[in-house]
Amino acid sequence: MLDVNHISKTFNPGTVNEKTAIRDLSLHLETGDFVTVIGSNGAGKSTLFNAIGGSFTVDRGSIVLDGMDITYVPEHRRSKYLGRMFQDPLRGTAPSMTIEENLALAYLRASSHTSPFSRITRAERAEFRERLAQLGLGLEDRMKHPVGLLSGGQRQALTLLMATLVTPKLLMLDEHTAALDPATAEKVLELTRRITEENRITCLMVTHNIQSALSLGNRTIMMSGGGIVLELRGAERADMTLERLMALFREKAGKTLDNDRMLL
Amino acid sequence: MLLITQTALELGFMYALVAMALFLSYRILDIADLTTDGCFVLGAAVSVTLAAAGHPLLAIPGAMAAGAGAGFVTAFLQTRLGVPSILAGIITNTGLYTVNLMAMGWRANKSLLGVPTVFTLMRDTGLGGAWYELALAAAVTLAAAVLLYLFLGTRLGLSIRATGDNRDMVRASSVNPTFTITVGLCIANALTALSGAIVGQYQKTVDINSGTGIVVIGLACLIIGETVLGRRTVLKGVIAVIVGSVIYRFIYAIVFYTKVVPVDCLKLLTAVIVALAIAAPSIRSWAAFQQRRMSAGRRE
Repeated sequence: MLDVNHISKTFNPGTVNEKTAIRDLSLHLETGDFVTVIGSNGAGKSTLFNAIGGSFTVDRGSIVLDGMDITYVPEHRRSKYLGRMFQDPLRGTAPSMTIEENLALAYLRASSHTSPFSRITRAERAEFRERLAQLGLGLEDRMKHPVGLLSGGQRQALTLLMATLVTPKLLMLDEHTAALDPATAEKVLELTRRITEENRITCLMVTHNIQSALSLGNRTIMMSGGGIVLELRGAERADMTLERLMALFREKAGKTLDNDRMLL
Repeated sequence: MLLITQTALELGFMYALVAMALFLSYRILDIADLTTDGCFVLGAAVSVTLAAAGHPLLAIPGAMAAGAGAGFVTAFLQTRLGVPSILAGIITNTGLYTVNLMAMGWRANKSLLGVPTVFTLMRDTGLGGAWYELALAAAVTLAAAVLLYLFLGTRLGLSIRATGDNRDMVRASSVNPTFTITVGLCIANALTALSGAIVGQYQKTVDINSGTGIVVIGLACLIIGETVLGRRTVLKGVIAVIVGSVIYRFIYAIVFYTKVVPVDCLKLLTAVIVALAIAAPSIRSWAAFQQRRMSAGRRE
């Protein structure tokens, strides 16, 4: 489904701020794969996401999504096939537009509606209502309310629904629960698990929580210094514990996982 | 008195299109589009010139197309060439002065004498009776309002609204902000030019300076309307600009006939009102802060 072939990215080349964020990185995802990504700050996780999402083009290598080379496709055109979520709940929704209008935007941009003048039909509105009800947050009765009135957790849940309303070829979650309180984060993670399983969505998820990195999905990759240093899957992954993972990381990356949040 | 009411309503409806344009550019896209003044004159100049040449109906879409062109230039400057948005509008506006003179045949004003206008055509159909001018002005503005409202519910319309609401979000959605800003400004300036086109044929004249301060008056109408109706939804916003514009023209008419303040002072008055209304949130939070500080001081 996704083929990342030997990509490299250096920011500010030729200046004192030169930083190679990704170095010859390759990654292959099968359809239905749910890969969790861990690594300390500066490991290149977000750079990898932004490279796939198209915030910038890579210096070398290629990115192929479902047989289509998207290496030089502009960001707004890739977004038709990608669902993306960020840590900041404010980034994913338009606050002064209503819940229904936000969903309509997400639906119309990615669905088979090709005309810029297409509108939401009654049947589609009923479907939005049903999908909102499945979130279990009572949002289906507030469809005419502006999104700005929702809490961070509700906004993240809505953003998740928007990103998957039309099943994307790839869903990318960049620490999408990091800004939420633990109970809400748990709820959004549970929704993530349910929605991706029900629709068999191929997914990449960055997290600082090793527990959810190991419990969610079917593969885990660990990044350090702009590359992938460790990949876990199958039985090895199922048997992995926090302590052993920390030890493995020390061995592979030659340094400790220096983020306190990862121990939580 | 009836005449005053009639005139105020007519002008209110015709100038409401400018407020509607600002609703789209300023409220929805969050861009202060200063192309407005020149664009209004452009619409009037194209409309009057084409009407003088015997094409009063063709004059209306012609003027709107010219306005959309002006909007495109402003949008191109800010989205493709990195000119700050306010400066982009001012640059286009300055350039339009010459374009407007050109459209009027290199004269500072142009009049329509003894040729049909959209208003005389309307009178000849007999629709609206003695109120035919008001009927036409209201019909054009209401049609524009309905179309704008419907448009803002389409995929493109929603994308334009999201562009003004959360630019971070649209970059990650499949919306190209360059495109949505361009379309938005083209439509906004087509509306401004439509206003100029109708006003030009209504007054049977156009003057190179007739657009001065139109943008501030339009903002005043927008703010008056939103104060009366609130600004929560698009539907309310579209109705609010018409209500606000009519109210503004009534205030203008009252000032004009009662002379409570000299009519020459109206622009200053309008400017002060607009500045205060836009500054209101800052003034309110400053006042609240001072109040908290005072009451904290008393407790010590």
